[in-house]
Amino acid sequence: MTTPSPAGTPRRVDVDVAVIGGGVVGSAIARRLAGADLRVAIVEARSDVGDGTSKANTAILHTGFDASPGTVESRLVAEGYHLLGDFAEETGIPVERTGALLVAWSEEELVALPGLREKARRNGYDACAIVSAAEVYDAVPSLGPGALGGLTVPDESIICTWSTTIALATDAVARGAEVLLEHRVTAAEPTPDGTLLRTTGGDVHARWVVNAAGLHADTIDGLFGHDRFTVTPRRGELFVFDKLARPLAPLIVLPVPSSRGKGVLVSPTVYGNVMLGPTAEDLDDKTATGTSAAGFAFLREKGERIMPTLFDEEVTTTYAGLRAAVPGGDYLLERDDERRYVLVGGIRSTGLTACIAIAEHVAGLLAAGGVDVGLRDDLPAPPRIPNIGEAGLRPYADAERIATDPAYGHVVCFCERVTAGEVRDAFDSTLPPRDMDGLRRRTRLMNGRCQGFFCGADAQAALETRGASLLAGADR
Amino acid sequence: MTVPATAHATAPPTRADVVVVGGGPSGLTAAAALAEALGPAATVLVLDREREAGGIPRHSDHTGYGIRDLHRVLRGPAYARVLVDRAREAGVIVETRAMVTGWAGDRALEVTAPTGRRVVEAGAVVLATGARERARPARHIPGDRPDGVLTTGQLQNLVHLHHRPVGERAVVIGGELVSWSAVLTLREAGCRTVAMVTEHERSESYAAFRLLGRLALRVPVLARSRVVAIEGRGRVTGVVVEDGAGARRTVPCDVVVTTGDWIPDHELARSGGLELDRGTRGPLVDAGLRTTAPGVFAVGNLLHPVDTADVAAIDGRQVVPAVVEWLGQDAGPGSLSGVRLRVESPLRWVAPQVVDPAGPAPARGRLLLWTDTWVERPRVEAVQDGRVVGTRRLPWPAAPGRVFRVPSAILDAARPDGGDVTLRLA
Repeated sequence: MTTPSPAGTPRRVDVDVAVIGGGVVGSAIARRLAGADLRVAIVEARSDVGDGTSKANTAILHTGFDASPGTVESRLVAEGYHLLGDFAEETGIPVERTGALLVAWSEEELVALPGLREKARRNGYDACAIVSAAEVYDAVPSLGPGALGGLTVPDESIICTWSTTIALATDAVARGAEVLLEHRVTAAEPTPDGTLLRTTGGDVHARWVVNAAGLHADTIDGLFGHDRFTVTPRRGELFVFDKLARPLAPLIVLPVPSSRGKGVLVSPTVYGNVMLGPTAEDLDDKTATGTSAAGFAFLREKGERIMPTLFDEEVTTTYAGLRAAVPGGDYLLERDDERRYVLVGGIRSTGLTACIAIAEHVAGLLAAGGVDVGLRDDLPAPPRIPNIGEAGLRPYADAERIATDPAYGHVVCFCERVTAGEVRDAFDSTLPPRDMDGLRRRTRLMNGRCQGFFCGADAQAALETRGASLLAGADR
Repeated sequence: MTVPATAHATAPPTRADVVVVGGGPSGLTAAAALAEALGPAATVLVLDREREAGGIPRHSDHTGYGIRDLHRVLRGPAYARVLVDRAREAGVIVETRAMVTGWAGDRALEVTAPTGRRVVEAGAVVLATGARERARPARHIPGDRPDGVLTTGQLQNLVHLHHRPVGERAVVIGGELVSWSAVLTLREAGCRTVAMVTEHERSESYAAFRLLGRLALRVPVLARSRVVAIEGRGRVTGVVVEDGAGARRTVPCDVVVTTGDWIPDHELARSGGLELDRGTRGPLVDAGLRTTAPGVFAVGNLLHPVDTADVAAIDGRQVVPAVVEWLGQDAGPGSLSGVRLRVESPLRWVAPQVVDPAGPAPARGRLLLWTDTWVERPRVEAVQDGRVVGTRRLPWPAAPGRVFRVPSAILDAARPDGGDVTLRLA
């Protein structure tokens, strides 16, 4: 997005606040700050927002019932649950209020349930109830044998992580923020009034810098002279099952957490699939997003016990995401007045739920540092994001919409029922896709069971023509 | 905007005597045959979700189509055109870009098309939704997710319909007929196949094709091997192949084609509540191609994933008597009847699954079966209530990766009122 200056050198961008990282957290922070009288830029290494950790997680809107009471994370997740829920309603981000059921498979797990209910209360969440084995099977008849009891979490929900980041970044742009894609930060040089960020896309000067770089937050922290923590990429592999499996998982089925982490869950997705995962494996390589035979075997073993009939269904896709794990187990939110720099590190999978609360917290940190972050009274209305969730009305099923624009009646991705109109809209949007993955996240094109058998070639042509190849003759 | 005089004179139909879902060889053939049988007063509507009807052959620009049904040899796209033309000449309405997305009643379908969203009520529904190849995730092949991993379907689309380059060095996973078809398509696109990897003892396809493969295409076949990982970020750089002894090596390549391993497109069948067969994963059908839902029939590779296009097309004629009978008498049988057929390993499935030994024979008097292992001279037994009721020694091998056919006369001595009949290799 850099515009070359007449001299041929990339222009230098000057802003009040540069947010490094265009994930869900960075986008939320940029949106919040752009709502004040501040010039804001998202500085993102990749070619799209939400292309790192934010794109590959379990996409749960957490109540925070199982957080560690008293942590910053626990408070921000609980707040963020409501803030993001409201924002989702305003913008049309798909959310389904399915609820969750935590299932005990052993005596040891069964006796842990009252403690978990008490922990939820200490986190300010009072709605959990302990239920019998019979009630567990009533709620999820397809569970494998051996469940002894459960704990309900009625407000745990599923959300679209892709739409969330895109909605936040789109709102940030509407409020005046700039999104600088393909700007990988390579150096941070102090200046009298801030920092000059050297990036692969040109220089960015900022009075304040917010580091929301996710997996790379430790590296960026180092550029500001700190040596505080190391981010360990924790790989989580997941299976996504065919939509025909969705009746098997009417709600989120959680394991009883152990010292080794939250364990493997079975969850519906807002796209109508069923997800099994994640694994948890600490790695050294921050780019290791491949899946593994060992991961598959582990998930298969777990999955066949939790829900044996799941593996009678087809696997639509598999993926791996990397969480940004840090020692200490809490968010690292700190201001450095000398360098005019704020660290937003250690944001794990709960960061999706907490993102807007984190943004408010960061605004608070900047306010305490002397920045005026008061919201303007002329904020634009929040954007409406195209619905890619199964629970809402999708364009292919919207008779009125097709009647006014036949492109919404032209299904181009048969499995996901994506229409030519939606693909066109994606390219016409504030943050158009630059690659197939970006197009997938905006429309679901190519995400279906055939994985391109029917639509792959059309999808590639659509990407190269910004949707025009699909529209040609769409109204015939 | 001026509307050309030739534009739709009539709105798309919301009622039809027969709606055929899917405009491939089986659906088009069924529609044409039904239109002829029912006469000009009847409405027969084919709904196809693609831009042009014709189905998979339209994407497969090689020869070998039409032998059993048209008794001539055509290239795929030409074959598709013949079938579309025949259906239209018979009076069938072939509507393209019309996707059936669900059911609005027992025989009412929700349809999305550029002309609008509507419900089509049908006297009878014929499902002809075909099959697709399992893609890489469904085969549980781990690794990163680079570009360059394709199914044969996607490859043929890219090359034949979009005329795109695909790469330089390909590894083909699978050794079925369609795998060799992928090799031909790759060759046409200027991409060399550096290895074909199959878990079986040998490439499963016909001996002649194997010979052609070795001599003309010169493709090394890595038998009793499997691809255990895909390497590369951004773009494929290679696959890791494990041989029967467990030894692994990396084969460098920039294209991987996963071929064969078929799954019917059974979404509509399942959402309509039709009982499916666990072996084929398509609807359970009898010799008349009735399903368990009255007035809903099924034909083609939805039932036997996957047989050649001409055999799929022949189902389109097989279904006619049952559909005509259903339309003629409201209280007709509609639903399937006969004895239930089952298979024993290494047989994976049989189609149809319900046959009345005293009733009409299945298409071409053949039962279609799939085997998981190679048997050079198979002897097939039919067992009912603990008694062998029929035996056939077949002059052709049973080979994984393609349908093998057994004369349905093997059931002649079965009792129509007896228990299930199990087919097994003796």
